Amino acid sequence: MVRFVISRLLRALVTIVAVVTFAFVVLRMSGDPAQVMLGPDVPQEAVDAFRTSWGLDQPLWIQYLAYIKSIFTGDFGVSMRDKESALQLVLERVPATLQLTIPALLLKLFIGIPAGVYAALHRQSAVDRSVILLAILGFTIPSFVMGLLLVLIFSVTLGVLPSGGQDTWVHGLLPTITMSIGGIGILARFSRSAMIEVMGQPYIRTASAKGVTWSNVVWNHALPNAAVPIITIVGFMVGSLIAGAVIVESIFSWPGIGRLLVVSVSNRDLAVVQCILLMIAATMVLSNLMVDLLYGWLDPRLRRQTVH
Amino acid sequence: MSFDLVEIRDLKVAFDGTQVLHGINLSVDRGEALGLVGESGCGKSVTWLAALGLLPGKAAISGSVRIEGNELCSAPRQALERVRGGRIAMIFQDPSSSLNPVIRIGRQITEALTLHRGIGGETARAEALRLLDMVGIPDARRRFDLFPHEFSGGQCQRLMIAMALAGQPDLLIADEPTTALDATIQAQILDLLNQLRAETGMATVFISHDLGAVSQVCERVCVMYAGRIVEQGSITQLFSRPRHPYTRGLFDAIPRLDGPRTRLVPIPGTVPNPKQLTAGCAFSPRCAHSVASCDFQRPELDVMEDGRRLACFNPVLADEPTPALQTVMEDA
Amino acid sequence: MVTPLIEAKGLTRVYEMRRGLFGKAIPVRAVDDLSIKVLPGETLGVVGESGSGKSTLGRMLLGIDPAQAGAVTFEGHPMPAFGTAEWRALRARMQLVYQDPLAALDRRLTIATQIREPLDIHNLLTKSQRDGRVQALMAAVGLRPDQADRYPHELSGGQRQRAVIARALASHPSLIVCDEPVSALDVSIQAQVVNMLRDLQDEFQIGMVFISHDLKVVRNVADRVAVMYLGRIVEEALSDVIFASPRHPYTQALVSSVPVPGQPLKGRMILQGEPPNPADRPSGCAFHPRCPLATDICRTSVPALRTIGVGRSAACHLVEGATAPIAA
Repeated sequence: MVRFVISRLLRALVTIVAVVTFAFVVLRMSGDPAQVMLGPDVPQEAVDAFRTSWGLDQPLWIQYLAYIKSIFTGDFGVSMRDKESALQLVLERVPATLQLTIPALLLKLFIGIPAGVYAALHRQSAVDRSVILLAILGFTIPSFVMGLLLVLIFSVTLGVLPSGGQDTWVHGLLPTITMSIGGIGILARFSRSAMIEVMGQPYIRTASAKGVTWSNVVWNHALPNAAVPIITIVGFMVGSLIAGAVIVESIFSWPGIGRLLVVSVSNRDLAVVQCILLMIAATMVLSNLMVDLLYGWLDPRLRRQTVH
Repeated sequence: MSFDLVEIRDLKVAFDGTQVLHGINLSVDRGEALGLVGESGCGKSVTWLAALGLLPGKAAISGSVRIEGNELCSAPRQALERVRGGRIAMIFQDPSSSLNPVIRIGRQITEALTLHRGIGGETARAEALRLLDMVGIPDARRRFDLFPHEFSGGQCQRLMIAMALAGQPDLLIADEPTTALDATIQAQILDLLNQLRAETGMATVFISHDLGAVSQVCERVCVMYAGRIVEQGSITQLFSRPRHPYTRGLFDAIPRLDGPRTRLVPIPGTVPNPKQLTAGCAFSPRCAHSVASCDFQRPELDVMEDGRRLACFNPVLADEPTPALQTVMEDA
Repeated sequence: MVTPLIEAKGLTRVYEMRRGLFGKAIPVRAVDDLSIKVLPGETLGVVGESGSGKSTLGRMLLGIDPAQAGAVTFEGHPMPAFGTAEWRALRARMQLVYQDPLAALDRRLTIATQIREPLDIHNLLTKSQRDGRVQALMAAVGLRPDQADRYPHELSGGQRQRAVIARALASHPSLIVCDEPVSALDVSIQAQVVNMLRDLQDEFQIGMVFISHDLKVVRNVADRVAVMYLGRIVEEALSDVIFASPRHPYTQALVSSVPVPGQPLKGRMILQGEPPNPADRPSGCAFHPRCPLATDICRTSVPALRTIGVGRSAACHLVEGATAPIAA
């Protein structure tokens, strides 16, 4: 068990370093922060001075090594724009993002899974067909279209909900709904097919044949088996709690991490962008690890499976 | 008036408008061992899945299934759930996938004990251990909390049997219980089924395509073809003197382990598509015995003078030789 | 003396198995120091339970599964390594037919196209001759000419297996390895396919390795039979001899376990214990934990496969040598 967790953590570390390296290279190649920060009409001396002070005049690989070294000492650098600690800047925005993503996740779970399971148990019924249709609509419409559509309906036409800002919880409604709809669709589809698969298994017939009541067949015999594939999707959703709001936060001018990322990228604020990417990678990797551990808990076959 | 244990009358089943079971009449007496024989798609499993309401919702079922006079076909779900496992238990072909992979085997057995005998906790555990012992699971106490994948196929079938015994049923339906098992394990399970019937007095319905296995367990046998019973009688009657050409064909098609190595005698052609059945006997296109009337008229299942039931206009004679040299158009 | 069509000497296949995500890898001997030969036109039956290594043996004979030790010679020449051009060329001469015809066929291609495939791959015959060969093959396996343009899902299980066999025959192989070719078929259809295999073999003089758990079918098809247990041959003899008078206790139990229509279970020898687990091989004779006759020597020493009569051998400490009468 310990060996398993350690090996997974090592793999996670490799993933994170890969993400950081990728971000580092791409960001340096895509434009000069000095030019972007200082604007076009600044004298060359000022640009050079900026470069020297941020170490941008060094060869790329030295910059990279210095950066990696500082990460491992817990130093995520300083924002070029605000001269504040990048980590500080990012952490300040985390609560705002979670205010959207956690309710959205709960909506996905508590609407998506029950809808999918219900549809699976009532196959070919009107409810089943509607669930499939809505689910497809849900995850095929991109969130920026969905967001604008909802704004158009609830803010512009009906005037019942605000279209942007973070003043009260009411302001969070539209962004949360926008963010959850795609996930609800995906989860509904996934839970439905997982449940249909499980309900066709011989052990479900066995349970019925030994006189287990219908609701207990579903709750005790089918759902624990269907949970395994569903967990995969949920794990992915948990992993994107931090990063999943980039588009929606921009549409609804919500001051979360997503907004910060967009702004920082356009400013070539390297330290902040890298800090955000690192955090996104870390949550993804962590949630994957959790999913793997959950698999073992849910499915005893994976605990002691014979692997080649 | 006394009833048979289970009485099935005119049971019909259709899937999406295609009829697969065409009016089965069958009764099972207390304590008897009845075999149901036929090739894939003949309806031998569907008969009992339908009787217990275990077919998927799209199946259209009509007819009557009574257990000691009480109708099951129109019974409310709760009544059916009490019968399942309590009066009639069922075990299946693939034991490893018939047990729930995420539930410990001890709990799967005690669940049935709680359902049908209202016992739980330590009492149920003790009783489950007794059942595991009875079906020959070695070291049951230590393995009580293991999961199904930690048992071999043969042991899984023993677990299934223990679970079936938990409700003290009057009838055990064994649906191809040994087909997926190795030869030596198959013999063990057949032996166990015989022994349990002797000990508990529960009736057994043994569904199988293997005439050999059926004759080791059963006293009486029904041969089914294309959703109908075509011949029914005691094992000795049917196995020493099959009268229906299909029953006879099945025997002739089985390779032998003793005697001279001769060419096998297959039944020509294939099982008919249930969507394309004619008005005549379903077997007539493959039948070397068929006469003109077989193609457009269907023989009823009638009682013969020796007590067997037979649905055939031109049955095989008592001592007719195997058509070994007959040239048949083989068209699988 | 006739050169064997295929001969294997000391074949061993070991793979690693891991228990759980965290466990140590343990070596599993699927096939263990096994020697076997098949003469041209002969059928060797291989029987055994799950875990006996019979399917692995079949794949090793064709060079598909690698051997850690031992060698295979085909028509007197060493088997080329898997995947090489020489090996691929040789595949025209040796074919594999296995249990599930639907998995063996490509569902997007017609039957005729698939039967023709080996001819195209190995560039046999002229293009115009190939059509004629396909027709002849279909007739040989009992498929109607109008079924040439059908797709696999439009045929029954028996017809599909016929198509697979026709494809295997297309390149005039001298060896076919059949792994449970009729196990998925109903009794009446099984007899059709078994008869067909026997006829084809007589007609084309093909050597065959027929792997099956079904003793009755093997007895009907094979000239000679090898019984496998945990990767080794425990008994080998002519088909008629081995089933009439099995000598190894395991063969005796196997033969006894076959249900015969009309015979009750009583008086049969019912073997106790579980089928063998290759990952947990018992000491001495691998069969001893289940053997009703096992003695001390069986627990400690592995019995070698010895000749116990004309053309028959057994690996058992308790079976008498060549001087003993053959009939038990």
